[in-house]
Amino acid sequence: MTEDKVPPNPADDTNGSQAPAEPSEGALWRRLMRTNTAWIFLVLILLVAFFSVLKPNNFPTEFNTRAIATNAAVLLIIAVGETFVIITGGIDLSVGYVLLFSGVTAAQTMNAFGNPTDRGWDLILLGLLVALVSGLAWGTVNGVLVAKAKVPPLIVTLGTLGMAWGMAQILSNGQDIRYIPSLLGSVVGAGKFYAVPWLVIIAALVAAVGAIVLRMTRFGRYTFGVGSNEEAARRAGINVDRHLIKVYALSGLLAGFGGFLALAYFTTTTISGHANDNLNAIAAVVIGGTSLTGGIGTVVGTTIGVFIPAILASGFIIIGLQSFWQNVAVGAVLIAAVFIDQLRRRSRER
Amino acid sequence: MAEPLLQARGIVKHYGHVEALRGADFDVFPGEIVALIGDNGAGKSTLVKILSGSEQADEGEIILEGHDVQVSSPLEAQRLGIETVYQDLALAPDLDGAANLYFGREIVRRGPLGRLGFLDDEAMHAGARKAFADLGVDLQNAHSPVANLSGGQRQSVAVARSVAWANKVIFLDEPTAALGVVQTARVLDVIRRIRDRGVPVVLISHNMPQVLKVADRIEVLRLGRRVAQFDARGATVERLVAAMTGGLDGQGSAA
Repeated sequence: MTEDKVPPNPADDTNGSQAPAEPSEGALWRRLMRTNTAWIFLVLILLVAFFSVLKPNNFPTEFNTRAIATNAAVLLIIAVGETFVIITGGIDLSVGYVLLFSGVTAAQTMNAFGNPTDRGWDLILLGLLVALVSGLAWGTVNGVLVAKAKVPPLIVTLGTLGMAWGMAQILSNGQDIRYIPSLLGSVVGAGKFYAVPWLVIIAALVAAVGAIVLRMTRFGRYTFGVGSNEEAARRAGINVDRHLIKVYALSGLLAGFGGFLALAYFTTTTISGHANDNLNAIAAVVIGGTSLTGGIGTVVGTTIGVFIPAILASGFIIIGLQSFWQNVAVGAVLIAAVFIDQLRRRSRER
Repeated sequence: MAEPLLQARGIVKHYGHVEALRGADFDVFPGEIVALIGDNGAGKSTLVKILSGSEQADEGEIILEGHDVQVSSPLEAQRLGIETVYQDLALAPDLDGAANLYFGREIVRRGPLGRLGFLDDEAMHAGARKAFADLGVDLQNAHSPVANLSGGQRQSVAVARSVAWANKVIFLDEPTAALGVVQTARVLDVIRRIRDRGVPVVLISHNMPQVLKVADRIEVLRLGRRVAQFDARGATVERLVAAMTGGLDGQGSAA
């Protein structure tokens, strides 16, 4: 049959008698409340207020704010990708070492033509491209194994975590690569646009695009739908396998990008420095109100979830507590966040 | 009576050694609610799965508006205008009613943003309000995830979804099985409204009084074959049960 059933499309409804569109602020607010983003934001504000009152001369300063934001930038980028994955009901444990692997391949590429210290943007862009392709490749492997081979995401990404880590060490012989174009370190890694570090601007842009894609596009809608009820998505004619592959590929791509930025920030590959990146990213996503069972989540929440550990770390150091307390506090916040999510889920099941 | 809109002829389906359907026939006429009943194992579910594309028949033919059709997948069935509402409600509980109504068939914005996949939520919410209002479904909060709705409202969203896209036939598999009395009445009301809009409804149900109340015609399956067709007006629960259990031999009564 050729004649398509006309969907109830209000564009055809020309009588103009429709109720005025609901104020979008109201809808947005309801959505925020629903995803407990508002509560976690309150926690963030309280933490900032707490440390600011305790150390008014050290904590709420321009310098410290910039330091916190810069430290959180790379983590935010991989956490955005992780948000998409967790909303589909999956998990990506591999991001930390995919990040490392991509940093290593990018650094090696940039070193392949001799000492890169004085080289310009052309070589930097080549390194960026290699990092992105490396991340995308690992992400696609994750996605294909999850979607087509039906191996649980926890296992797939635990496997690729080990593989990416091992490969990064094989490629680099376990030695950090310490030479990168100095332009990359001074501009991207340490440079500022007016008072704002470029790293922070880049991370904010990634988060903004991620939030828009998740909330306003078909890609985002399918991400929620697949995580909410995979079978319903299949019956609705959505190519679930292809969508899952895309989501894991996106997570890998962002990890690759994060790897390049980490290279710029540290000006070395920091092979031993990424053991906790994946868990920090997952913790940030979950603290931000994204549900591990899928179907619920926001990038705004993830952003707040990235900053809570960052602020705790900075605050504890400034008030003179051992920084180890940060791990204790973040762990407690993580458990509390999941507990609240469970309560919410239970309360709505009738 | 008019030509059947949808006909199944001599459908055979084996599962290993088990013969689920042994040459089953089934007819759906325009503008009617037809109930498909039968005891457990009579082949109702199998027949519905074949007509809605989730399973393929081993033998037999499916005729839609006089033409042989191959219903090779649920998507193909949807393309043909056949929608099915499953017992387990294929909704995404975290999406709101409008998002579920348009799930997989989203309206995108006009222009370049639309090509990037930007959704026109305004249009979908307005369309959903209209679709729900047409069916007399009262959703106070169209922005609420369907998980927050009552069972009857959820069922109504599922039905509204299929109504919005079906232009030939809607299959409803036990649509009131999980519902209370008031909600059941509402869903039955929705079913009548669909029929009144000209789209025939196939109701699969165990609930004989309900079938007699809402259906125009009743077809009975037993052991993988159609054994009786009833006009709902003349039928009684006793005669339906007799047909289902084999107490009534040969063809059924007044069709």
